[in-house]
Amino acid sequence: MRIYVPRDAAARALGADAVAEAILAEAARTGLPVDLVRNGSRGMVWLEPLVEIETRSGRTAFGPLTPEDVPALLFEDITTHPKALGPVEDIPWFARQTRLTFARVGLIDPLSMPDYERHGGLSGLRRALAMTPDERLDEVKTSGLRGRGGAGFPTGVKWGTVALAQAPRKYIVCNADEGDSGTFADRMLMEGDPLTLIEGMAIAGLTVGATRGYVYIRSEYPDAIHQMTEAIRVATSHGLLGPSLLGQGPAFDLEVRVGAGAYVCGEETSLLNSLEGKRGTVRAKPPLPALHGLFGQPTVVNNVISLATVPWIFANGAGAYKDFGLGRSRGTIPLQIAGNVRHGGLFETAFGMSLGEIVEDIAGGTATGRPVKAVQVGGPLGAYFPPSKFATPFGYEEFDGQGGLIGHAGIVVFDDSVDMLQQARFAMEFCAVESCGKCTPCRIGAVRGVETVDRIAAGDPSALPLLVDLCDTMRDGSLCALGGFTPYPVMSALTHFPDDFARQREAAE
Amino acid sequence: MLDAADLSARLHEIIGAHLGLEGPLLPILHAIQAEWGHIPDPAIPVLANALNLGRAEVHGVVSFYHDFRTTPAGPTVVKLCAAEACQAQGGRDLIAATLRAFGLSTYGTTPDGKVTVEPVYCLGLCACGPAALVNDRLLGRATPATLREAAR
Ligand SMILES: Cc1cc2nc3c(=O)[nH]c(=O)nc-3n(C[C@H](O)[C@H](O)[C@H](O)COP(=O)(O)O)c2cc1C
Ligand code: SF4
Ligand code: FES
Repeated sequence: MRIYVPRDAAARALGADAVAEAILAEAARTGLPVDLVRNGSRGMVWLEPLVEIETRSGRTAFGPLTPEDVPALLFEDITTHPKALGPVEDIPWFARQTRLTFARVGLIDPLSMPDYERHGGLSGLRRALAMTPDERLDEVKTSGLRGRGGAGFPTGVKWGTVALAQAPRKYIVCNADEGDSGTFADRMLMEGDPLTLIEGMAIAGLTVGATRGYVYIRSEYPDAIHQMTEAIRVATSHGLLGPSLLGQGPAFDLEVRVGAGAYVCGEETSLLNSLEGKRGTVRAKPPLPALHGLFGQPTVVNNVISLATVPWIFANGAGAYKDFGLGRSRGTIPLQIAGNVRHGGLFETAFGMSLGEIVEDIAGGTATGRPVKAVQVGGPLGAYFPPSKFATPFGYEEFDGQGGLIGHAGIVVFDDSVDMLQQARFAMEFCAVESCGKCTPCRIGAVRGVETVDRIAAGDPSALPLLVDLCDTMRDGSLCALGGFTPYPVMSALTHFPDDFARQREAAE
Repeated sequence: MLDAADLSARLHEIIGAHLGLEGPLLPILHAIQAEWGHIPDPAIPVLANALNLGRAEVHGVVSFYHDFRTTPAGPTVVKLCAAEACQAQGGRDLIAATLRAFGLSTYGTTPDGKVTVEPVYCLGLCACGPAALVNDRLLGRATPATLREAAR
């Protein structure tokens, strides 16, 4: 009997390890042969721990499970189990998705190369190996893939710059710093299908002529660090990595590096400094990392999801990928639905779904049942959207046009109990804590920002224009988006929820 | 207190094991912290020497990153997610209640030295907040009761 119990960090945080232990204990007690697979998560976090049993007619799911549910799972008619969910593919929340990047996450044994290949793994790299260098670059450019780390820069253009550069050594650096609140797609991908990321990095290396890569993972992700490290071992022992890619291509080696709790190290040049063993201060651009990156060598820096999408593009063709999407946002985006929601988790879909549909329909509104007041999209540097902007379609330009950004596609829902002045204060506080210290408007401005919000809260009306000025200064005078975009959450809170800033005043008067 | 000779011997082992890496300083600091729970002061000049860096430079790196401690934490470390998605799920109240339960007025270590409570900005558990990490154990939808149980 084959049973899948996720090893995903969210599933573990909700008790998956205890369920796995209960299954093994029950099997040992009764002599029932059980083949336990620790898979990734299928992404429906409210149903975790979600366990799947392989039956003659396919896999069928149960959740959320506790150890007490286990005996009935193993010995009774499972069709009548109170936690039975049926096949995952039939659960509407799952069936509505377009799973390309996340196709194998939760489906396969993440560290089994045979399982990976059985589900289409390595076919992208094999096709890439058979192409000319120009064809490879064209494939990425034609797909329309843009960076999923936040800035949305066309991946093919970046790779083209590195491919053209002449240097003794080039690097592929995967940005797995995923510091944005409300995001966990990188974590889930690395825990649930790490070989895809490795394959994507190998294709990147092949395309630009890099022979060495690093995966920089934040220290807050011990499970992802463990899983990636193991996956690199598996990939090396199967000849995917090493002196010759699959025995047919050039050399490519990978190493995991662990961050040290600095949000700013997600910024690509700060990340490179950190990899070099320095303070994670931001570097001025130019020079671009593509030309002068890690140890001064040409370097591709890409987000986990950008790189992990590349194997699908090569396996299925750039045209197939480009057919999904809206406007200049091509393909799919793994939405991370978080905060106060009924149905939170990872929902991969083509660009273009409206924010309202995501919040009200997919997320099912708030978990508390109270009305939605604000939705922060794109992490701590993203704007707060009021329900009046729910018609905005999910796309880079579309969100930009509404004074926001999609960032890494984290969507954090708040009910009407949220105090937006407190959220504005937090945005400034976070910037002050995490500033790399290089520019005054960010380092000092954020501290002043906290003080200014406190003055507004204390009823000082003269502080409001000060806050607006401060935001202007930070936006115009900051080297990177930490200082430059902190005004997004602050100003959106102030603009869309003025009552929360006025009420404080009235209360004080 | 750490014995100076023990420290020096183990430190050189750790450094030696990492010298083949490109940019070895962060991996070495992580290994030192895994060994002693913090970065002991006497390690700084040794590191500076071995890596051909200035002491100020090594110190600058240690102080830049939130992870690196210059004094040991308590045997139980409770990290509470203080970021937005957890705030939306009652995280602020949980932080206040937890600090109160440990008799702390702000983040830090209890007077008996047993428990250190710290903020963390996102554990990637944003769809099952409020999230916490108690030593190596992740908690989703954490409550004062589950935190107390995990911190025991
Ligand atoms: C303060 C700050 C934090 C960032 N954090 C991340 C991050 O955690 N992960 C990420 O992929 N990109 C992050 N970025 C964006 C990177 O600088 C860079 O644009 C990205 O890694 C490029 O990869 P992509 O083109 O695949 O998106 C951050 C940027 C800033 C300014
Ligand atoms: S804006 Fe802030 S984080 Fe970015 S470079 Fe300037 S000081 Fe550093
Ligand atoms: S915001 Fe708390 S775990 Fe992500």
